[in-house]
Order: sequence, then C-alpha cells, then structure tokens
Amino acid sequence: MSLRLTALDAVHRALGATMTDFAGWDMPLRYGSEREEHNAVRTKAGLFDLSHMGEITVSGPQAGEMLDHALVGFVSALAVHKARYTMICAADGGILDDLIVYRTGEDEFMVVANASNAPLVLDELRARVEGFDAAVRDDRDAYALIAVQGPDSPAILGSLTDADLPGLKYYTCLPAVVAGRPALLARTGYTGEDGFELFVAPADAEALWQALTEAGASYGLIPCGLSCRDTLRLEAGMPLYGHELNTSLTPFDAGLGRVVRFDKTTNDGEFVGRAALEKAAEQAAAHPPRVLVGLVSPGRRVPRAEMNVVDAEGTVIGSITSGAPSPTLGKPIAMAYVDATHATPGAQVAVDVRGTHEPVEVVALPFYKRAR
Amino acid sequence: MSNPQNLTYSKEHEWLTAVEDGVATIGITAFAADALGDVVYVDLPEVGRTIAAGETVGELESTKSVSDLYTPASGEVVEVNQAVIDDPALVNSSPFEDGWLFKLRLEGEPEGLLSADEYTAHTGG
Repeated sequence: MSLRLTALDAVHRALGATMTDFAGWDMPLRYGSEREEHNAVRTKAGLFDLSHMGEITVSGPQAGEMLDHALVGFVSALAVHKARYTMICAADGGILDDLIVYRTGEDEFMVVANASNAPLVLDELRARVEGFDAAVRDDRDAYALIAVQGPDSPAILGSLTDADLPGLKYYTCLPAVVAGRPALLARTGYTGEDGFELFVAPADAEALWQALTEAGASYGLIPCGLSCRDTLRLEAGMPLYGHELNTSLTPFDAGLGRVVRFDKTTNDGEFVGRAALEKAAEQAAAHPPRVLVGLVSPGRRVPRAEMNVVDAEGTVIGSITSGAPSPTLGKPIAMAYVDATHATPGAQVAVDVRGTHEPVEVVALPFYKRAR
Repeated sequence: MSNPQNLTYSKEHEWLTAVEDGVATIGITAFAADALGDVVYVDLPEVGRTIAAGETVGELESTKSVSDLYTPASGEVVEVNQAVIDDPALVNSSPFEDGWLFKLRLEGEPEGLLSADEYTAHTGG
C-alpha cells in the first residue's frame, strides 16, 4: 500500500527532510539534526506538520451527550472554544485511543485522534452515535495540521494574525485568520512548551507554512520532524499511544484515572466502559498495579522500549515503554511501568540493555517542566 | 557528502584507509551517519583485542536507535578515538576525518571491499 502524503509533502522534500512511514503516512522524521530541532522548540520555536492526526467532527443537538456516552470525559460540560484531553475506552475499560476534544460550537465538537487509531475511533464513534441526535463526520482529509511550538511561538504567530492570542488560554481554540487564510487556532501541543496548532484547509497549508517560516526566521524558528516531537513529549512526561497506552491498560493503570469522569450527569451517568472502569479504579486504589514512572540514567547507554527493568537481584520488576537520550537533561531518560514497590522517586533499579544491567534512578514525571 | 576516493568501503557502511605501517583507520560513512541521526554514544572495541572481518565489535547509539558496529577487516585493535567517545557528535559532523572510530593492525588482506564509486552506487547515490 502506498503511503499517504500530507499537503506539505513537496515542502518537506524541498527542505531535504528524512522521511519515515508513520501509521501509513510519509512524514518528516527530521530535517537536519533532531537535537537542534528539539533545542529550537525548547528555546525559540519549531514548525511541525502534523497532518497525519485524525480529525473527526461530531455535530447535532445531542453531540455533547453522545460524546459523554462514547468517551470517558465530561465533554458536554466544556464551554464553547474549550478543549480537553480525554480517552475512548472499550467496554472492558481498555484504552482504544487518547484524544483531544475541542468544542468548536454550541452543537459541534472536533475529536482529534492519533493517526494509527483514527480508523478505529471513527468506527467506534459511528457505532456509539446510535440513538443520539448527532452526526459523526470523517474530517481527516478536510484539514492539514500545522503546529508552531516554543517560547517564541506567540510572537511569531502574533505577527501574522489579529486574533487575540493573549486571550487564547492553554487548551482553548478560536477561529481566526492567519496570513490571510482561515484557520482554527488552538493553544495545544505535545512538546511541553507554549505553542499553537493550526487546523487549516489543505489548500492553504503551504502558504501558511511559508508565512510562518518567514515570520519565524528572525526568531530562530526551524522546521521540526517527528523524531524531536517524540523526545519533546517524552521529556514532558506525555504518554504516547502504543507505548504508554494500549488496549490492555485502563486509564487507571496508566496513572491517568483523572480523565475518567464518573461524575458526569448526562445519560444518567452511563458511558461505554463505566462498569469496568469503576472496578479498575477500585483495584488501582487497593492493589496498585505497575506504576508509570520516569527513569534517569547516569550512564550513556539508552534504555529503549520493551527492555526489562530489573532490581538489584536481577529480577524483572518492570518494562520500558519509551526511552531516548534527553537533549535537555543531557542524559538518557525513559518511561517504564514498574512494580509499585519500586516506584518511589529515588529508588535505584537497573535496565537490561542488551545483557548489561545499567543502573537508573526512579524519578517523578515529568522530566522537564517549562518555567511559566 | 561524497565518498572520498582514497578510502575503501564495506557494504555495511564502514570505511577503511590505505594501510600505513600495517595499520588502517576505520570509521563509518557519511551515508551511515546520516541514516543514524545524531549519534549520542559509541561503544568501541578494546585496544589489544583481535577481531575478525564481519564481526560485531561495538555499537553506535543515536536518538532513535542503536546499531551494531562491524569491522570490515581482521586484525588487532591498536587505538580507539577517545575524542569520538567523549563527543559522539563527531561521527555526524566529520564522519570521514575527526569521527574515525578505531585503528587496526591488519592480518591479511581485507576482502570484498568496494571502491568509492562502487560504494556510492551501492548506496543508490
């Protein structure tokens, strides 16, 4: 099967990007050095093509109630132009995907799914809409998604729009005009920095990319690929589906039980997965399962996904979900699920790196938090 | 980056200098360094170790992955590049010069190596 190309494909090729197959999309992995791209986002600004993300629009008089039923969050309680991080679970409580939901209107919501899960999320929403006065629309091809992330992103974007950026708080969105083109502006991201995501018509993507590139040049903005996006989100302690999250884990297993809103008042409080999730919540409180922790290595060899975490006797006590050399900390970092008895920050454990037990220390997540 | 004409190359993307006083210098090519991305850690064979062509003698770790390092020739390791151990980014910034990896006192003639032009063709260049 041939890879899907984003509306910015020609731009990436002109920039000499190293491309990679990501969930069936041909995406930029990096343009030059992934470390320089990472550092640009931490200190200046970076520009990302995230058009592989899957947009699904739910609209109608009961759109909010329908999403309260379909997702674990209390979506109908969102004010217009607010956004929320949430999840869609199976009836057994397993995580099918993590999502951001934007309330784009009184009767309209945009659900943004991971590229790899978007077809499944779409199928599930189409099934779960039954009985509600709402419609589910596949908008994956309706949008290109451009992100500008980093401390200088407000200044860069501000030079291209009259929109009230200071008034656009974290996790809110606003329809705006940027460089003469319509865009849904959202103050969201996956980097641990301040930044914006621009949902735009594919036909406008190239013009907006070029406008942002030019506006950002004097600030040191550079194009950034998915490789640095992964190290940025890892430093920020943000989970990635397929690594920290999967169908065999509930939100409680992942330490994200707060996204499950048992207190929702719509549909008599019922939602897909409720019974199983109540049990998972009780079990997590009584017998903590493995806990998602951060690990920092004083050495140079990097813990990678699926490597075992071991105790002093060499007994396996956990498993790495993501790991990378951290450009900001200057040492290898990882996220791992470990037995609760070894999950306290300061605990000394080790990672089996190809047969060698490399000592690591358990730390609280995130590894990096920006100064506000 | 073009592949220097004065080196020979393995299909596993190592380069080898001409032999001088029985010793050749070995590194990885710009093509390989670029494919790896930013190298953050290099594990090199110990000085004094005797290694055989094709053997795994170390590893190169980058942001996204770890790759085995093979030796393109047989012999005894006589020196490793401490500068590249201290600053692995040299593999990316200067793969054919400052980013060399180790020196080998050769045993016998290296076999199956490619010329610069053959290696360029091998990598689709």
